[in-house]
Amino acid sequence: MNKDRELFGLLLIILSTVAVLAALGMVFLYAPRETTMGDVQRIFYFHVASAWVGFFAFFVTFLSGIGYLARAERRWDILALSSVEVGLAFITMTVITGSLWARPVWGTYWTWEPRLTISAVQLLIYVAYGMLRSALENPEKKARLSAVYGIVAFVTVPLSWFAIRWWRTIHPDILTGGGGMAFTPRMGYTLLVSLAAFTLLYVTILRQRIRLERSADALARLRAHLETNYIGGSHV
Amino acid sequence: MRFIRTVWAIVVKDMAAEFHTREMISAMLVFSVLALLIFSFALDLRGAVAQAAAPGVLWATVAFAGTLGLSRSLTREQQTGCIDGLLLAPVDRSAIFLGKALGNLAFMAVVEAILLPLFSALFDVPLLRPGVLLVTALGTVGYAAVGTLLATIAVNTRAREVMLPILLLPLAIPSLIAAVQATGGLVEGGTLAEVGGWMRLLVVYDLVIVAVSVLTFGYLVEE
Repeated sequence: MNKDRELFGLLLIILSTVAVLAALGMVFLYAPRETTMGDVQRIFYFHVASAWVGFFAFFVTFLSGIGYLARAERRWDILALSSVEVGLAFITMTVITGSLWARPVWGTYWTWEPRLTISAVQLLIYVAYGMLRSALENPEKKARLSAVYGIVAFVTVPLSWFAIRWWRTIHPDILTGGGGMAFTPRMGYTLLVSLAAFTLLYVTILRQRIRLERSADALARLRAHLETNYIGGSHV
Repeated sequence: MRFIRTVWAIVVKDMAAEFHTREMISAMLVFSVLALLIFSFALDLRGAVAQAAAPGVLWATVAFAGTLGLSRSLTREQQTGCIDGLLLAPVDRSAIFLGKALGNLAFMAVVEAILLPLFSALFDVPLLRPGVLLVTALGTVGYAAVGTLLATIAVNTRAREVMLPILLLPLAIPSLIAAVQATGGLVEGGTLAEVGGWMRLLVVYDLVIVAVSVLTFGYLVEE
């Protein structure tokens, strides 16, 4: 059982490595050079993929919040907190790659463009989630209150999205064909492989983060055991 | 019926407590006036600038003053041990939430009732119109609801008052954008129909937030 898990973890690591390398290769060698934006457009594949993974990670936190409130089991809390941390890394990447894109294409590092703005809003929401966790001491209360925050926060994300989208929009509307970028089938395949690679990478990192949290729990239990049985009292 | 009576009893209790000390409303009011003063220095609010900046200044003031009052409301509840009493009483958790949220809504409404005419007079922007009042009401309902929920979370943390704005403001973004846009449209002479999209967004936000809050509040206060 334990060996199977180890093997699965190893397989996951190998698989995501291969997928990320394949995505990299396709982005630089297979995908054609975009006619108006040039090579800078290649950042798009990782930009979109990390935005998707960020959003998905927070969705996982939303679901594990519901799971925790329903069952009050520690594993749901571990999943919620791990997914937020991994999601934060990806959403930060989205914001940074977005700025790198914006500089040559729109002539500025930051524009209040809806999709970029919603990523920044998500970044702030889940930084707040992290701060909330660190401001709570009792582990059970920490899990319960942050589960509620994870649920309410995620519910506001689509509403923010609509609000910001109506507010202003200059993003190239690639997927609905609204123009701005010449989109070819090769680009489509590259995007799909990037999405798959980043999703695999998310699962791999998430799994490691969960293992880390479980080890921390085990260590805390051992410490407590040590203190009650061997220190400050006679050995029983 | 019993449910409504419970909600009402909590609202009346908060009113009575506030009437004794007046600390929440007076703090929010003085803060609002100070905010207007600071904004007028910062943005030089005169003439056309005042007209253009009015919706943003108004809602930023309401949002910041709101965090002040909300934080106080729930901190008081915990310091006096009143929340424990409420939880011991055989009443529905959602009734406690609705009572607290309605109380906070009432306090914010009192502040806005003074803020809006004052704002109109100081910056010569016509805010006292039925449309703007409706937008204010819709915007405040959602803000008070999500604020009450998050203030309940914040009072449990080590940082308390510092925590609330950090938790609340990013979640209030949809309603703040919609309220600012709707107010702006109306101030520039638009009709309610022209800002209908924003009004609908405000209504949806209010409904979603109230529903989620009622469903989750019970988990925040269980011991």
